[in-house]
Amino acid sequence: MSLIRKKKSKETPPVSTASLPDIVFMLLFFFMVTTTMREVTLLVRLKKPKATEMQKLDRKDLTTYIYMGSPKNPELYGSEPRIQLDDQLGNIGDIQSFVILKREEINEAERPKFTVSIKADIDVKMGLISDLKQELRKAQALKISYSTNPAASPEELFKTY
Amino acid sequence: MGRRKRSTPEINAGSMADIAFLLLIFFLVTTTMDVDKGLMVKLAPWTDEPPPEDNLKKEKNIFVVLINSNDQLLVEDDYFSIDQLRLAAKDFINNNGDGTCSECNGLRNPASSDNPQKAVISLQNDRGTSYQMFVKVRNEILGAYSELRNDLSERKYGRSFPTLNDEDRSVIVGVYPQFISEAEPVSVGK
Repeated sequence: MSLIRKKKSKETPPVSTASLPDIVFMLLFFFMVTTTMREVTLLVRLKKPKATEMQKLDRKDLTTYIYMGSPKNPELYGSEPRIQLDDQLGNIGDIQSFVILKREEINEAERPKFTVSIKADIDVKMGLISDLKQELRKAQALKISYSTNPAASPEELFKTY
Repeated sequence: MGRRKRSTPEINAGSMADIAFLLLIFFLVTTTMDVDKGLMVKLAPWTDEPPPEDNLKKEKNIFVVLINSNDQLLVEDDYFSIDQLRLAAKDFINNNGDGTCSECNGLRNPASSDNPQKAVISLQNDRGTSYQMFVKVRNEILGAYSELRNDLSERKYGRSFPTLNDEDRSVIVGVYPQFISEAEPVSVGK
């Protein structure tokens, strides 16, 4: 009798939080695994133009990025706009082999969906972009996307000049 | 014995959750879930020989947009500002001069395009044109097409174009196919 009474008089045990770290660790590992730290370090200044009619690029693994803009380090690379392929600055002549190599990495069934995303700075002249387009045509990479940021309103696009 | 066992202190795991939360928040903040968006374009395959002159296509079926190195627009031999371009392009695509497009509600101007299947927008820029201007013009032309498709979709199905299913969508695209040609740039001076 006395034993039972003693138990009843005890305080209600606190909710065990022992499994909380496990839950949090699970979430943590999920984010650690899904986070892709593969972003390239940008060697060029990049301010993307704005637009309203863009489409989402849904498959990141089928997309290759080409960056264009003035180098961030003008003492080393000059001030003329350059092309960045992965982590280094390249020349127009390097584009074909770069794109072909990137396409080889994709399995054959999905190669027609291969897309090149051009991330160019607003101040780049079309001459350089046209050269790039010609090279992409020669490399048979015909699906391209001009990467843009969303504009808040269509009117915003007319204001700037 | 039993008493001594109970009295062994547990390792305090209470702060474990805090540490894990800290890490979790760090990863949550640094994870960039940025979705890349852009104007999708299909390039023409490369040919070594110069492109054939478009003699077959009547001049009235081509809507010529020129951008010079000072980012000024010349559309069908008229000076244009960028905010006029979308409407002009819409009128051109939707014109339906020969009346073959039963779904179009265009002006039926005999001097403009025959029907949306034949209407081609030709975009030509200078090597000195800025990328920003090019994207703006490109955006307006794509905007003209998407507005026309949306209007037709509202008339026909009572829903906006992006909400349609694939079958209905291809019907609309069949009425208003996109023909945009990006010509190789000329170099008139920087």
